[in-house]
Amino acid sequence: MGKIRQRLIVIGILILVSIAALIPRNATIRVEDKNTGRMKDSTVRRVPINLGLDLQGGIHLALEVDQSKGPVPDCADAIQRAERVVRTRIDEFGTTEPVVQIQGRCRLIVELAGEKDPARARNIVQRTAFLEFRITDMKNLFRDALPQIDGVLRRAGIKGPAAAPSAVAQLFGGDTAKAKKDTADANAPGVLSSLLFQGSMPGEYLVPEEQWQRVDSLIQRADVKAAMPRTIELRWGAQTESRGARPYRALYAVDAKPIITGEELVKASARRDPTNNQPIVPFELSRRGARIFSQETARHIGDYMAIILDGRVQGEPPVIKGQIGANGQIEMGSKPLQEASDLALVLRAGALPAPLTIVDERTISGTLGADSIHDGVLAGVVGVLLVIVIMIGYYRMSGALAVAALTLYCLFTLGGLALFGFTLTLPGLAGFVLSIGIAVDANVLIFERIREELVHGKSLRLAVDDGFLHAMNAIVDSNVSTILTALILYAVGTGPVQGFAITLIIGIIASMISAVFVVKTLFLMWLQRRPDMVTLSI
Amino acid sequence: MIRFFANANYDFIKWRRWAFSLTGGIMLVGLIFLITRGLNYSIEFTGGTLVQFELAQKTPTADLRGALDKVGLQGADIYNFGSDTSYVVRARLGSSAAQGEAGTQAVADAVAKALDQSVGPGKYEISRREAVGPKVGRELQGKALMAILLSFVVTLLYLAIRFEWRFGLAAVVATAHDVVATIAFISVMHLEVSLIVVGAVLTVVGYSLNDTIIIFDRVRENLRKYRRQNLYEILNLSINETLPRSVLTHGTTIATTLALLILAGEVVRPFAWVMSFGIFTGTFSSIYIAAPVLLWIEKRWPGEDARGARTFGARTPATPPATTGPATAPAPSPRAPQPTR
Repeated sequence: MGKIRQRLIVIGILILVSIAALIPRNATIRVEDKNTGRMKDSTVRRVPINLGLDLQGGIHLALEVDQSKGPVPDCADAIQRAERVVRTRIDEFGTTEPVVQIQGRCRLIVELAGEKDPARARNIVQRTAFLEFRITDMKNLFRDALPQIDGVLRRAGIKGPAAAPSAVAQLFGGDTAKAKKDTADANAPGVLSSLLFQGSMPGEYLVPEEQWQRVDSLIQRADVKAAMPRTIELRWGAQTESRGARPYRALYAVDAKPIITGEELVKASARRDPTNNQPIVPFELSRRGARIFSQETARHIGDYMAIILDGRVQGEPPVIKGQIGANGQIEMGSKPLQEASDLALVLRAGALPAPLTIVDERTISGTLGADSIHDGVLAGVVGVLLVIVIMIGYYRMSGALAVAALTLYCLFTLGGLALFGFTLTLPGLAGFVLSIGIAVDANVLIFERIREELVHGKSLRLAVDDGFLHAMNAIVDSNVSTILTALILYAVGTGPVQGFAITLIIGIIASMISAVFVVKTLFLMWLQRRPDMVTLSI
Repeated sequence: MIRFFANANYDFIKWRRWAFSLTGGIMLVGLIFLITRGLNYSIEFTGGTLVQFELAQKTPTADLRGALDKVGLQGADIYNFGSDTSYVVRARLGSSAAQGEAGTQAVADAVAKALDQSVGPGKYEISRREAVGPKVGRELQGKALMAILLSFVVTLLYLAIRFEWRFGLAAVVATAHDVVATIAFISVMHLEVSLIVVGAVLTVVGYSLNDTIIIFDRVRENLRKYRRQNLYEILNLSINETLPRSVLTHGTTIATTLALLILAGEVVRPFAWVMSFGIFTGTFSSIYIAAPVLLWIEKRWPGEDARGARTFGARTPATPPATTGPATAPAPSPRAPQPTR
């Protein structure tokens, strides 16, 4: 009697723990407020099982340090610093329980559940967000060097179409034929200078939109870079501008040394400029930054200052009218307000230590995830019903006990997933359904053993005891070997497959408990209640 | 009380040569498919781009094909996925579509552009997009191969510890057979080899091993129980004794696998196919590969059995039991094996 009571207490505790782990509870998520467009906290009640991205929809990104523009010596360090920046950005991005983690040494995993727009996610995560302020080429050093650069290009044998069209130019292949014709005619005065038109301020040059890729390929050449004045660098404008009828792109010659960078930035926000209703990003500098900034601007009154973000000049460089202190703003032109708030966000979080490249991107829509859950649960229910029919049809009362244990098996497995915070993925769901079929194996082994013992003429009680005892070896060996393969799968797999391995492992442990311990207890209770039983319903 | 195969006494091992020919034939067919057509790797392994989208109504794939060609995606495959209105565009790295880390994302963007042009913006829904760079693909290939090999090593070690090396070797041979047969099946069915399918293969390994262990466990027990029988008879007896269990467990597993195959949707389907086949090959190999191989190994390297209880006198008349052995006389089995030849 006491033995049964102890067993029941253990089972009761397991059931209570599983149920407690599965009770729906409040979770805080950040959602976008429909009215104001800002992020706010919101609480939802839900069953605390983590769903993988393949079930709830979302974006998975794997990023590495971009080594294509020169090797980065310590990628592990760069990725660690990038992780902090990306985490800060993502926390404000507005998604439920975002995942930002380092995988292996040099890879960063970002998972945004529920997010649908991969382009926006990529932009937030990948943007270097390096902000700098540079004075334009007030002494026209670049213009003076142009004849020399033209000479370099001529000596390199470049005339007209010349320089191999860049990869981007190839993509937009249609324009190259036209470009060839234009440049061949204008070749005589100088390859580069013929393509540049003086802009409205010193250091500003305008390039016709259809020519800018060609100009870009020219100024990227090593011999051209060598012929450039050492204190001057070239930067493109961020947007196409129309001056008169034709679209142009601005090319700026700016000082090689920035007067200040985004490291000194402490605040940034987004709003509309009341005068022209275009979005702007006002920012505030730290006290140190403000001191440097006001000193520098005092020295450059009357000069033009380019605001450069990730190597592109934002808007038209304003003239410095007087000393500027801690506050400034970036004009976004005709871009939507969303982009301004995303820019403010990445500026606040700081710049990435190195550019990141996406090596793996997966996006799954919420509806596909919901369909997967629906189909998986349906398959599970049908599978369970079939197993119940087979078990009760074949083993009668004993089968019914096994089915009762199977219910507990499902409870324990789900409870285990919730309790340890493991993630349920679509393959995991499939693995769970499959494991229901395999979970009764232990009971089948035990029942067949009991039948054999009964055929050998053992008494009911002895047959049950021996049946359990003799089946244990096979149960343990087979389950341990399955756990071993599942562990290997976990070790080498990624996201969804790891979810499968975890579900399998928890399922096996739960099935050992339910099929052996719980069923044994039920048998003991049954035998105790019916001591006069002659034939076992098995 | 229903009992399947209650007093079965089939001579399974007798048919081993037929079984070898059968499985050899299946593998040969698989090998021919493997050589001529290769495996249909998913982009997880090859690197590349996959875009799944739903359209409001059925559209001929030829129309979509044309739209893709227009944006320069000549090398991409397009096919129906599950339902009539659900499509998948897949471009592996190495096909003529755009290349490199950024290229895989450019392809996905190009698919959206093609759909905007052909069916119009807002008239389609992209439900899944994957862009896998070449590096990740190569890594996964290595990992998948590692996982399968590692599972063999671990299995061999575990069985060597729990049973004896001969049992372990026989089980690993049977399991290797299952992996080869399953790959043959995947190749013939032209299933897409994704990470989930590799997971299924490993699950088949675990399941088949499980089945082999159940039989070997009985063999180990019967070797101690029936000292006068040779291994051939013991193997047959053990397979027959575990037959009801096999029928029941495979029955419940097939039931849940079929439920997955029919109901759980297109993503899980390749997994369910592999599992369905795996249940058959796992059962087959436990009886017709593991047992005969154990017999063969024992003939080549005769020696002590798992517990050192007695010498295996394989096909020769059993030697008298060692006098130091446990004195308990074996209970006469109701179906004590009869010499078969």
